[in-house]
Amino acid sequence: MVQEEGRQITVRILRGEGVKTQEVEYQVAVEPGWVVLDVVLHIQARMAPDLAVRWNCKAAKCGSCSAEVNGKPRLMCKTRLDDLDLTKPVVVHPIKTFPRIKDLVTDVSWNFEVNKKIQPFTPKKDAAFIYFQEDIDRVQEMRKCIECFLCQNVCHVLRNREQYQRFVGPRFFVRLAGLEMHPLDDADRLKQIEEDGIFLCNITKCCTHVCPEDIHITDNAIIPLKERVIDKSYSFWNWVLQPFSSK
Amino acid sequence: MEQNIAVGKQGWLGTARRDTWWVEPLLILVGLSAFGIYSTYSAVFWDYHFEIGPYLSPFYEPLLVFDWWPFSPAILILWIPLGFRTTCYYYRGAYWRSFFANPPACAVTGWEGKNYAGEAKFPIFVLNFHRYFMYAALLLNVMLWVGAVRSYWWQGELGIGLGSIILTINAFLLMMYSLGCHSLRHLVGGKLDCFSCSSCARTRKRIWDYITRWNEHHKFWAWVSLIWVAFTDFYVRMVSSGVFNDPNTWSNFPRP
Repeated sequence: MVQEEGRQITVRILRGEGVKTQEVEYQVAVEPGWVVLDVVLHIQARMAPDLAVRWNCKAAKCGSCSAEVNGKPRLMCKTRLDDLDLTKPVVVHPIKTFPRIKDLVTDVSWNFEVNKKIQPFTPKKDAAFIYFQEDIDRVQEMRKCIECFLCQNVCHVLRNREQYQRFVGPRFFVRLAGLEMHPLDDADRLKQIEEDGIFLCNITKCCTHVCPEDIHITDNAIIPLKERVIDKSYSFWNWVLQPFSSK
Repeated sequence: MEQNIAVGKQGWLGTARRDTWWVEPLLILVGLSAFGIYSTYSAVFWDYHFEIGPYLSPFYEPLLVFDWWPFSPAILILWIPLGFRTTCYYYRGAYWRSFFANPPACAVTGWEGKNYAGEAKFPIFVLNFHRYFMYAALLLNVMLWVGAVRSYWWQGELGIGLGSIILTINAFLLMMYSLGCHSLRHLVGGKLDCFSCSSCARTRKRIWDYITRWNEHHKFWAWVSLIWVAFTDFYVRMVSSGVFNDPNTWSNFPRP
């Protein structure tokens, strides 16, 4: 056994293709200030050149290096080793909800297909494109999304219930909220939002907890959308006043 | 050095998490169960110990006594906070986790399988009508403030007792919980797309900003108000049954 200089830690990475997987354990000498992605790239460079991992910016802005570190969905580049208990092996798994391609790389293309179905920003024909910051604050929060899909991964409606056909997931409710609340957007989206499974969400807030951009997904996107759908389709007052309203 | 380790499938409550993820759902389970048992006991097994002097238990505020109603007057009131809290967006997340393991915690395997309707089908769909319980709860908040103010008057004499302070804190905490409600936040301003388009919308935005601030701590207000309302009822019950003596300024405060 060859050991490197520096503090030795044990890292276990789930490796394999498709459903054939096993954890492979590595002994790694780490340096101060490293994040989990540093360790994984170190292993790839020195010990396992065939280790598959997706990453780009290493600055928590591209959303590529999503994984489950010690069971928690996180960006590997934003997970510092000194925040982990290094007396036990650091366990790195790929995100669970999407099919594994190889090692830590999963196929998240389902999300891109869902995204295509969303009607893009649809301004009024005579929109002046002048609005105040207070009108756009809510929308800008939704635009912070880096599409790491950690929220999609942790949401039990997808993760455990596999409702891929009936539920677009928190990431796309964030996008829909940004469009629905936009002061210049003119599309009628609420019927589609209901069909996209907004009521399958049971508010357990895991999406919010894992969001690396600190978007308040549940409180600022999903719940406001639920309330708007209730307003539109299930409001008692609308039901009472419907016979008197002009079409 | 490499070493290969086989990984089994994660079953119910399975997770690779190492933290004590089960503590929070367990505490919620215990806390909500304890409150449910205590409040049911206090409301259903009423023995006239809900009132003494100027103090009326918040479970019974406003006191509704009718000849045609042979049961506890609390039942005529408690459906409002029960409905308000059951349909509350915070509590929904809490009890879906703690009581139904759906899921038990983030990245912990709960019930699996595609037979899932979430909150989309009747009767669970009723949870989405939170706003109607909110209207009633706001009205009840006003009544609780009336009760709190009334607790400073006894037989025409202005005074103060420990019970008055407890009832006032109770009204304040329940008000803060109610004013941070997600449905109220939506109805006040959240439903608007443009906050700057009219003076009315700008005013609504200002109120929405306040409610947003309170809403960010909805969980805190939910728990503090829940614990305090039970404590308030307990205090009134203990004073009324003679276990505690309420320190107050009234010379003619009734002694049970």
